[in-house]
Amino acid sequence: MSETFILNGKETPFTPGQMILEAARNGGVDIPTMCYLKGAAPTGACRICCVEVKGARSLMAACSTPVASGMEVFTDTELVHRSRKMIVEFMLSSGRHNCLLCEANGNCKLQDLAYFYKITKLQFTEKDEKDIYPTEDQNPFIVRDFSRCILCGRCVQACNEVMVNRAITQGYRGAESKIVTGGDSPYNESECVFCGHCVEVCPVGALTEKKAKGLGRPWEVQKIRTTCPYCGVGCQQWLHVKDGKIVKVTGVEEAEPNQGRLCVKGRFAYDFIYSEDRLKTPLIRKEDGEFREASWDEALDLVASRFKEIIQKDGPDALAGVSCARSLNEDSYQMQKLFRAVIGTNNIDHCART
Amino acid sequence: MTNSFADFKKAKMILVIGSNMTEAHPVAATFVKDAAIGGAELIVVDPRRTDLVDLAKMHVQINVGSDVAFLNGVMNVLISENLYDKTYVESCTVGFEELKKKVMDYPPERAAEIAGVSADEIRALARRLGAVKPAMLMYTLGITEHICGVNNVMSCANLQMLLGNVGFECGGVNPLRGQNNVQGACDMGALPNVFPGYQKVDNADARAKFEKAWNVKSLPDKPGMMMPTMMENLTKGKVKAFYVFGENLANTEPDIKHVEHCLASAEFLVCQDIFPTETTRFAHVILPAAAWSENDGTFTSSERRVNRVRTASVAPGQAKPNWLIFKEIAKRMGHEWSANSAQEIWDNEVSVLAPSLAGIKYRRIEQNGLQWPAPNEEHCGTPTLHKDGKFTCGLGVFKAIDWIPPAEVPDEEYPFVLSTGRRLYHYHTRTQTGRSQGINELLGEETADISPVDAQTMGIADGEKISVKSRRGEVQVKARVTRQVPKGLVWMAFHFREACANWLTNPVYDPITQTAEYKACAVRIDKLD
Repeated sequence: MSETFILNGKETPFTPGQMILEAARNGGVDIPTMCYLKGAAPTGACRICCVEVKGARSLMAACSTPVASGMEVFTDTELVHRSRKMIVEFMLSSGRHNCLLCEANGNCKLQDLAYFYKITKLQFTEKDEKDIYPTEDQNPFIVRDFSRCILCGRCVQACNEVMVNRAITQGYRGAESKIVTGGDSPYNESECVFCGHCVEVCPVGALTEKKAKGLGRPWEVQKIRTTCPYCGVGCQQWLHVKDGKIVKVTGVEEAEPNQGRLCVKGRFAYDFIYSEDRLKTPLIRKEDGEFREASWDEALDLVASRFKEIIQKDGPDALAGVSCARSLNEDSYQMQKLFRAVIGTNNIDHCART
Repeated sequence: MTNSFADFKKAKMILVIGSNMTEAHPVAATFVKDAAIGGAELIVVDPRRTDLVDLAKMHVQINVGSDVAFLNGVMNVLISENLYDKTYVESCTVGFEELKKKVMDYPPERAAEIAGVSADEIRALARRLGAVKPAMLMYTLGITEHICGVNNVMSCANLQMLLGNVGFECGGVNPLRGQNNVQGACDMGALPNVFPGYQKVDNADARAKFEKAWNVKSLPDKPGMMMPTMMENLTKGKVKAFYVFGENLANTEPDIKHVEHCLASAEFLVCQDIFPTETTRFAHVILPAAAWSENDGTFTSSERRVNRVRTASVAPGQAKPNWLIFKEIAKRMGHEWSANSAQEIWDNEVSVLAPSLAGIKYRRIEQNGLQWPAPNEEHCGTPTLHKDGKFTCGLGVFKAIDWIPPAEVPDEEYPFVLSTGRRLYHYHTRTQTGRSQGINELLGEETADISPVDAQTMGIADGEKISVKSRRGEVQVKARVTRQVPKGLVWMAFHFREACANWLTNPVYDPITQTAEYKACAVRIDKLD
């Protein structure tokens, strides 16, 4: 028999140790979050998940308040909504949250909440331009726009508690607070290894991808799931595709094995496929050693006829092939089948050994 | 891997040997780091002070190529001090007495001398390993790329069996595979001795099965050549035609000068690739292939998980899927193959012919992939092999193994050890990462990593261009003075052509697998005038 608490007047089970947020979500009640990052220690920094708890002196942060047996929690009261709306209004005034000009438009929790609370104008004075830290984008991949940062600290947690690269931290105090790397130096002069997980978890447009800038709004792209082409971990990726072109790569949340994580190569080294250097037509070497373009028929006929000649003259074991450990299973299968069933040799290998 | 990546974060004790995981398998490393900050005990055994050491309880900085002696020393302590799992050894394994006899020749003092560590470190490591169960062992090419690579792997297996750690979640012997589909290429039978699913070519029943499936009268019964033998035989005229699919051998193989001589000796060289490379220069015919995101198919990861790959963009020009190119060559040689898509190849051939993959069909891996063996379509896959110590082959077999030094060790003329590998920002010969916008900004050239001690002794400044020379060749490259590298070691990668480590590496091979000794050869370093 699991223990229960009262959620919006309804008896709801929970597991001892669970926070209100998690127990409420299991009970089918959603609570908005901003700073909460699954898998990291809850900080209760942003307060957007505030709820009423009977007997408590003030509203409580659902992400960091453990449930107790019999506790009465209200997530949908006027006080709760008034408070959340005000938090959103504070955030909107904390910088320059102009969605039209923001890369995160359509993929922003602040935008969603402002819309939900029907906010149409700023209630508080916007932060002065001179008090906003300048944008930093010295590196090739990540743009840090401090005018959009709400100091939720998700990037800090992602860097320290999830990816454990320990490059990002909270810097300065009070109104001067800033998310910093390496004693407030640019990303590329810090410990950062460009896994990009900070961008992945940023709930607003403070951290965005440089390479993807302007190439497609979230509602314009199709997301296609695939497997990373680099090392042998097999990370699952979303390829964001617009008009047949990959514009961005992100990790697939909850997927085995990577749980949404990627590395610098998986996230940023995808555009080699668009290189002008790609081989686009079969090539045949001429007498003078240079290559000339050829049709598929000519090239394949040449390969087949030379193979047949050599088999006839020197036997099938005079042919050998190495398959590709980067390419598909189906490609390697076909190649070994070609060597064994058609050419008639087991001289087929690949680079597993070297 | 006997186990799964999902175990990494949950493991209580992790032994990483010969793996610079944060650079070569960064995402896998994040789960190890999660475990470590969550309280798991992390032990790193590596000649270099890799980044994982920051989170480790112990870093045992062994000499390059001393693994067998070191592990025998650890096992010596486990047995001498009665710290091993007797019940497991008695009920799940054979060969213990032979192992015991052998490791008794490696008391910690002797092992320590070979490994360049202290006997107390060996004892401490053994005691730690004996105290927490299960422990998870992970290794990478630091174990395999030696002339004794097979023996190194066997020693890792010996240790884990002795500790009773094979067959349990968060235990096992876990090689992290270097390339996205190196596991799959093996599974598919791109090996000279086995058909898909590791069915041996010298087994008549296996041949009969594939002859029927492929509709041919007979299949060759003699295992073929491994790649280094193929290359050597090009120079002897024994191999006339060589078909290189998606490999840049002219940069990746040891001793580039010799490799290029082999490639130039081919009577007929076919290269099938997505880019012109240093290797395609030697080709007679180059066939343009579709790349990663330009066709459907599957990759199989280190944890034996068959994952889907999907089409997201169009191949340039006339480039074609590789499977289709092979099919069209087969057709021109008189063989009509019916499968007309990657899915048809997998569902109708691969998974029908390989028993361990029988339960894996495309419709079952739309989301997360499945881990083989999955013998039927109801099977959910196998996260842990040899479950509960019940080995696939019956009993786990201990191998008594002696240490041998690397083929080439430092001497007066070449006083340094060169060890090689990959760096975080690039992949292999940069055919892909070098053409991905931004990556070259993060790492634009090769360096020779040397220790502060050696740099000081030789008067070499960080960033100064130096000469690194072996019996095979010489490169001029910037020195990177780093605490990661111990005295006497030079460390380089093979990402950049001009200063590629493979101008220097030694083309000597493990006698069983023909894996080259990329991790150890002798070099000298000199200041440039």
